[in-house]
Amino acid sequence: MDSLSFQLAHSLPEVVMAIGALFLLMLGAFGAGKRDWIITEVAIAILGLAMLSMLFQIDGKALVWNGAFVDDAFGRFMKMLAIGGALVSLLLSREFMAREHIDFFEFPVLVMLATLGMSMLISANGLIALYVGLELMSLALYVIAAFHRDNLRASEAGLKYFALGALSSGMLLYGSSLLYGFTGTVNFPELAAALQDKPSLGVIFGLVFVLAGLAFKMSLVPFHMWTPDVYEGAPTPVTAFFASAAKMAAVAITVRIAITAFPGIKLQWQQILIFVSILSMIVGAFGALGQTNIKRLMAYSSIGHMGFAMVGLAAGTEAGVSGILIYLAIYLVMTLGTFAAILCMRVGNHYVENIGDLAGLSRNNGLMAFAVAMMMFSLAGIPPLAGFFAKYYVFAAAIDAGLYWLAVIGMLASTVAAFYYLRVVKIVYFDPPARSFERAAIEVRGVMTLSLVFVLAFVIFAGPIVESASAAAKSLVWY
Amino acid sequence: MFGFGILSGLIFLPLVGAAFILSLRGESEAVLRNTRWAALLTTVATFLLSLYAWSLFDTSSAAFQLVEQKAWLGSGIIYKLGVDGMSMPFVLLTTFLMPICILASWESITTRVKEYMIAFLVLETLMIGVFCALDLVLFYLFFEGGLIPMFLIIGVWGGKNRIYASFKFFLYTLLGSLLMLLAIMAMYGVAGTTDIEVLLKTTFSSTMQKWLWLAFFASFAVKMPMWPVHTWLPDAHVEAPTAGSVILAGILLKMGGYGFIRFSLPMFPEASAYFAPLVWTLSVIAIIYTSLVAMVQEDMKKLIAYSSVAHMGFVTMGLFAMNPQGVQGAIFQMISHGLVSGALFLCVGVVYDRLHTREISAYGGLVKNMPMYAVVFMLFTMANVGLPGTSGFVGEFLTLAGAFRSNTWVALFATSGVILSAAYALFLYRRVIFGVLEKPALMKMPDLNARELTCLVPLFVLTIYYGVRPGPILDACAPAVDLLIKNYQTALAAAKTAAVALH
Repeated sequence: MDSLSFQLAHSLPEVVMAIGALFLLMLGAFGAGKRDWIITEVAIAILGLAMLSMLFQIDGKALVWNGAFVDDAFGRFMKMLAIGGALVSLLLSREFMAREHIDFFEFPVLVMLATLGMSMLISANGLIALYVGLELMSLALYVIAAFHRDNLRASEAGLKYFALGALSSGMLLYGSSLLYGFTGTVNFPELAAALQDKPSLGVIFGLVFVLAGLAFKMSLVPFHMWTPDVYEGAPTPVTAFFASAAKMAAVAITVRIAITAFPGIKLQWQQILIFVSILSMIVGAFGALGQTNIKRLMAYSSIGHMGFAMVGLAAGTEAGVSGILIYLAIYLVMTLGTFAAILCMRVGNHYVENIGDLAGLSRNNGLMAFAVAMMMFSLAGIPPLAGFFAKYYVFAAAIDAGLYWLAVIGMLASTVAAFYYLRVVKIVYFDPPARSFERAAIEVRGVMTLSLVFVLAFVIFAGPIVESASAAAKSLVWY
Repeated sequence: MFGFGILSGLIFLPLVGAAFILSLRGESEAVLRNTRWAALLTTVATFLLSLYAWSLFDTSSAAFQLVEQKAWLGSGIIYKLGVDGMSMPFVLLTTFLMPICILASWESITTRVKEYMIAFLVLETLMIGVFCALDLVLFYLFFEGGLIPMFLIIGVWGGKNRIYASFKFFLYTLLGSLLMLLAIMAMYGVAGTTDIEVLLKTTFSSTMQKWLWLAFFASFAVKMPMWPVHTWLPDAHVEAPTAGSVILAGILLKMGGYGFIRFSLPMFPEASAYFAPLVWTLSVIAIIYTSLVAMVQEDMKKLIAYSSVAHMGFVTMGLFAMNPQGVQGAIFQMISHGLVSGALFLCVGVVYDRLHTREISAYGGLVKNMPMYAVVFMLFTMANVGLPGTSGFVGEFLTLAGAFRSNTWVALFATSGVILSAAYALFLYRRVIFGVLEKPALMKMPDLNARELTCLVPLFVLTIYYGVRPGPILDACAPAVDLLIKNYQTALAAAKTAAVALH
């Protein structure tokens, strides 16, 4: 049994966020009224502190809390992304929440709790820890999806998300219990040891149910139904949070469970992943073609992108995992940058969401138009922008693993997807100007500009990110 | 400087100009003038720098020169640049055409001038990069990156049907290139690096070669473009602004041919030999079919676009003949076509700027009031036909001679294309320049002005110069081509021995 200080040291970000969430709650409850006065700012600072704490964490790999949690480079990389996504989402939320008059102090607290859940999820080393982290994250997410409670679409989104989310949690739990029943353990490394040879039917059922539950969180086809509605209905900063941080955590735990708990039954989960990955890429590409609402478009875009990321996991190799990590890092920035741009779409005191509202943006606001165009080209995976490298690494891993057809289908899907990204560029650059937007808050424009810089300059500074991703992938199991 | 060599300088100089233009504020007349001058000076400076690079270039060597290398993405993907006799002419062609393009847009582009110039400068960076890259991923980056500025150039400053044309251009090219990207990944899997110099020495198994060849072919055939995937080209050409057409015909199309020489032929020799009949067939169809299509066009730009497809047919035919005449002829043909078709699009631009239509039937009898124009247009028409004494002749003759040595039937059918090209080109010339000058709008049209002459005269001089003295280009690429053919034959012989040993 390790000392308490050792265990706490290895769960520093979680400790920071847990104490921070309670502190924020107190501050809100005993502070001045229901409004969010400085809660968001403090929450941002605490999240920043959590990220900083990770920089000072001891390197290497450690099992803590009786082996329920693991602290390794992979976890730290993913937590960096997830907490970073949460932090930026909070930054983006400040102006929006105030203008929509929903700036209640509970919002940052819930975001903090959700982020804590994500962090635990990413570090989970067993099925129970997984479930605890997942539920902590999901329960907070259900509430903030419906945070705009006077808005019909937002409450519908929250309810839909909750009903389908509960179903998927049930499936996950059922799968976990089957796995426990057939192997006698919930711990990932012990599961791996127990699942060496040909798995029994019960184990396969358990695997399928667990993956289905996780696929729901990643919005992979066929468990994607909720995504467009929730993305459209939820307040835009919440959507940004769903599309960025929540996806990071869900993909991270899927990668971890596949690589560390089920290496022996790789053939079985590989088939499932190839299947959902192909479906997601295709549905993501074709579903977005007819969309007129930019948030719905981004929903289908994220379905497609999760499909592309799963190509890396389907490869099931170290290169594939490192490809996913690079993919997620780039996807996170592109998504947050795009949502920052969406949050700049304000006419008077009213936020608009139609793609048509962007018409002729290049005449009115050159920087924003350029940012939107570059985000779209990057999401489409056109070099020399960052999105190209994201696709490059996962597909290179798939080719290396011999999954040629998966790669070819992925490429065809990404050509179709390029069409709707181009459509946005066309509206921004080719169409005559329609309306001009109000000036957004400095932090929103800042996020947009920084994302733009990242997307453009990734080609120059890619080396270190690629290296840390491959170090993180190594830490997962190949050490 | 900063550890970067002259090729990096060539690549990044246009970006410096673009950054300067970006820093200009306002929309006043003075700012627009500064924008145009900044773009022109940047491209001229780039051209001068490329001449300096050319003076450092040793034409007697087949090796890569001016090589520079830096760590980039790690794990075998590097930032590596270098040129040899097969790429240096294209670099010069690019830097030479760019100032002309900027001049050609001087007055015709009046909206969003800054964005336009930035798009062109970024495009120049990417095009030079394509010809200098010695790493496959880096090559792909430049090759594909060019789509973004070109998409915007066609879509923002194009004609009536610009949106359709820009989407078609983008998606067509993207689909082809993505398959090539998969092939690049597969090659990386085998060789562990994307360094082109290493890959040139790597031998891929014959089955793998065939798949890789097809994937690269998908990309280059679309870019070239070869029949039947050429349909994006007429649309893109018709809708693009004049300078966009010049770049498209002059340089972007050459990337396909360059790709064949740089990758397909030397890296997949067995597959190239295996698929050569396919390429020949497609080339001959392209030459005859698109020439016939060109004859019935009503739109000047469309006619020239189809004639470009036919001329590119000569290039692919010559390349896959795989003998010195064929390959050198193909390279020469590409350079010559870059000059001639670029000039032809400029000529169309001249009358388009005056009358704002490209319909052939709207013109007639221009020789009366635009004599200088008639002379210039005649020379380029003749060069397009391949009249001896112009650069067009040398390329067509050499590729045909090369094809004749490999397969007489191919040469026989392809030669008929020369006759057809004379038919459509002279037909166009007669309808535009000769005849009665009776349309009132035409009578008022002034002859070439100083700016237009500055654009056309350098092309005019070079077309004749290379027609009389093709030496400079042919000598520059000869050592590299000889090496290419030698390696190709060795590889084929080795494959044959291996096949015999197996049985």
